[in-house]
Amino acid sequence: MMNFEGGDSMESVNLDPGQQAYDYRSALSGTSLSGETHPLALSQEDFSLKEAHDPYVNSEEKSSIRNTGVDIAVEPPSYADAIFTPYMGGSGSLQELGGSSRSLYSSNGSVEFITITVNHPQKEQENGSSLVPGANTFFTYLIITQTNMPEYGGTDFTVRRRFRDVVALADRLAEAFRGYFIPPRPDKSIVESQVMHKLEFIEQRRLSLEKYLGRLANHPVLRKSEELRIFLQSQGKLPLTPSIDMASRMLDGAAQLPRQLFGESSVMIPQEASQPAKGGRDLVRLFKEMKQSFTNDWGSAKPLVVEEDKEFLEKKEKLQDLEHELNEASQQAELLVKAQQEDGEVVGELGLALIKLAKFEIEEATQSAQKVHALDLKRIATAAVKASRFYREANAHVQDHLHEYLGMMQAVHAAFYDRSNALLTLQTLLSDLSSMNNRVEKLSAASSKVFGGDKSRNRKIEELKESIKVTTEACELSQKEYDQIKERNRAEFNRFESERQRDFFYMLKGFIHTQVGYAEKIAHVWKKVADEANESPNKALDLPISGSVAIS
Amino acid sequence: MSVSSSSHHSDHSYILNSPGAMASRQRSSLRGTSSLSPVAPDQQYLSISVTDPVKLGMGVQAYISYRVTTKTNMEDYRGVEKMVIRRYSDFAWLHERLSEKYKGIFIPPLPEKSAVEKFRFSAEFIEVRRRALDVFLHRIASHPQLRFSEDLRNFLQADEEIWAMERARSQEGTLFKKKPSDFMQIFKDVQSKVSDVVLGKEKPLEESNPDYEKLKHYILELEEHLGESQKQAFRVVKRHRGQALSEFGRAVKSLGDCEGGSLGKAFSGLGGRSEFLSYKLQNQAQDLLMNFEEPLKEYMRTVQSIKVVMGDRAQAFRQQQELSEATKLKEINLEKLRLVRPDRVAEAEIELREMRVQCDEATRRFEEIVKRMQKELVRFQEDKTHDLGLAFHDFAEGQAQLANDTADAWRTLLPDLESWSQVAENNGI
Repeated sequence: MMNFEGGDSMESVNLDPGQQAYDYRSALSGTSLSGETHPLALSQEDFSLKEAHDPYVNSEEKSSIRNTGVDIAVEPPSYADAIFTPYMGGSGSLQELGGSSRSLYSSNGSVEFITITVNHPQKEQENGSSLVPGANTFFTYLIITQTNMPEYGGTDFTVRRRFRDVVALADRLAEAFRGYFIPPRPDKSIVESQVMHKLEFIEQRRLSLEKYLGRLANHPVLRKSEELRIFLQSQGKLPLTPSIDMASRMLDGAAQLPRQLFGESSVMIPQEASQPAKGGRDLVRLFKEMKQSFTNDWGSAKPLVVEEDKEFLEKKEKLQDLEHELNEASQQAELLVKAQQEDGEVVGELGLALIKLAKFEIEEATQSAQKVHALDLKRIATAAVKASRFYREANAHVQDHLHEYLGMMQAVHAAFYDRSNALLTLQTLLSDLSSMNNRVEKLSAASSKVFGGDKSRNRKIEELKESIKVTTEACELSQKEYDQIKERNRAEFNRFESERQRDFFYMLKGFIHTQVGYAEKIAHVWKKVADEANESPNKALDLPISGSVAIS
Repeated sequence: MSVSSSSHHSDHSYILNSPGAMASRQRSSLRGTSSLSPVAPDQQYLSISVTDPVKLGMGVQAYISYRVTTKTNMEDYRGVEKMVIRRYSDFAWLHERLSEKYKGIFIPPLPEKSAVEKFRFSAEFIEVRRRALDVFLHRIASHPQLRFSEDLRNFLQADEEIWAMERARSQEGTLFKKKPSDFMQIFKDVQSKVSDVVLGKEKPLEESNPDYEKLKHYILELEEHLGESQKQAFRVVKRHRGQALSEFGRAVKSLGDCEGGSLGKAFSGLGGRSEFLSYKLQNQAQDLLMNFEEPLKEYMRTVQSIKVVMGDRAQAFRQQQELSEATKLKEINLEKLRLVRPDRVAEAEIELREMRVQCDEATRRFEEIVKRMQKELVRFQEDKTHDLGLAFHDFAEGQAQLANDTADAWRTLLPDLESWSQVAENNGI
């Protein structure tokens, strides 16, 4: 029985009657930070992917899509219902690279796990100093760790950290674990382009921190690092010194410079020698290595040690190709998402226009057939608005997956860079050594010609021999370092490759399930309304057309 | 091009045979010799189709000609089936003739006259226009009065040479003939003499009819809503034609080629599906254009033709008012003359009689328009309710189908995806 008044079982879209413009875009773009019920806000019936309402709510609750009973109960189970949550649950994107980590098997065979969550951002003030109120404020985040790893000597830890601490952690890891594919940390800079709500930014940062720590926890070597453990455990101020900023490094370097230039033997600790030349701290060494790299590239003589590992070079090239393709696909994915969101908006705007037409016709209808059809139209239009929301949601996360992998490629680049740096250091040291040996030979030859020995020359020879000894030690260390990095590269390659495969498949499945789910939702919305309309045309013709025509 | 029978017209037969349609049948003189014998009203049919657009002529003067095929058993038509060749301007001629002769009737609208130059011969534009012309003739053929128009008959039957002559003749006619008719001349003469002071009352230039006012507002608002809906429909069609999905498919396929192995297959699968869905969307766009956007546009144009009739009505009303006042003037004058100049009375009486005839004529015309409009509006509402209802319903069905196809396409990828990922796992990676 067709109910003329409340015929729609679907939720009705309450438009403000005074709303004049067909401006769907502005209707949707009001982020729900204002808290008022928006005419087009999602109702109970729909999935509610809550936007950045409340950044202080626990992340695990927040971003899961809840399937709250669009009446699919009678239909056979579809992918939409069954699979939705796992792929979208947790703190967004790839579940296993999110806040929680995958369990890994430890050396003694038991399953180890470590779970890190980042929550409760809060504003804090830097102590003392400032005259200007409100300056020197920063945000800290609550970091909760749960683990059964023996190294931690405990199961639950809670600390508060600020972003600066994360930077320090990342820098220390980069120093200590050269050659590994170290996940890149979140960016420092605020998004320049848009005026982002502070709250949105904080929420984004919280999420990215959680992802980052998750990835560290995922890495079989990094998860066991001292640096990470200290970060997660130590109460109070973080006892990891960050890298010194460039200015002070420059000063350091400049202070050493006169000594080196004026011939005092550089008291170089071999261990330091095998580390990469740090910007500013060792200018002379930097210049030497630069010179060496020029020689490598442009000189006629072959350096003493070269990258010989064919396998490595092949893999590197393949990875570069892959990165290029990933880049391309990622860009297209981004464009696709944007296009589909716009598609959704356009459908929504059509819906709004049709709703207005329907309402108008309902008011002005003089015959019942008209009214019936106008009500149908209203239902169809409402369906369009609903469908448009689904379009918008369906694609919210697609490009995240690909972007994350581009981020990982950064890590690979860094690892390769470590390797070539180490090689360069080694080459430089070796050529130093070789030139020092040459000088010793020359000096000895010259000295032997002088009767009774050449005191000054001999002294020089002695000095050189000392240097040679130190440099030889440094060479050995450098060689070790280089070999270690090479080995790490190799191991990481394999790990990366298998994880990559697994992750990509996971991502693809997730993407496809999401697409299927949303397509089903959208189809359901339309089918329902089309079926309802199917009943009415016959009814309309049956109903007597009212005799009085209100027009003369 | 196949004989058109678009979905939103297929059910029009009920109007063709409705009892009210046979009310006024004009019998006109026969042109040809062999005409059909009278057929019972409920057995009459007049079916017209516009097909086979062909580009003729060269360069700037190039144009499209259409084949117009008529099947009928109506009287006054020579034979059951006839085919002629017509071009857009011929249709425009027919439209204008009908507009002149059938005041008060909503003449079915023509498709837009001009188009951006470069689209004028695009396949889509031609097809859209052909469709619209087909609908145009169909609506005329279904109209209880218009279907009996002599101009229509000529349009549908005249062979090329006769047709050319006919058009030339009517062209001339309109050049010399003052629109709309003789009494207009009198009307213009009279207008300048009427004064408010003499008559002592306001000259009502518009109907003060609350129901009609309401109707006018309705039509204007309807026009707005239809316009907005049509605009949005156009945008939806455009979005369906976007390239983003196929570009994405291409990039992902390329990624798959680079990857190789099971993962490569998975990417290739994804890319292939995307391209397939993009193709489906293009098809859907075509469907949307024809069966959703075009009906909305057509009703927009119909509303505009209603506005023309509203204008005609207003004009008829004004004429009637002016003439009625002029008549009163003449009556007053006559009385004066009886007292002052009896020698002029006879002449004045004759003039008055003529004026009264014209006035009655104007009143008759006005009332005819009013009466026709009433019926036309009922018909309009029925048609609109039916046609747009169908269009919207088809739209919903189409969207449902598309979404289902999309879900299916993606879903079929899943088992393959599963097996490929298994292979990858098993390879000990």
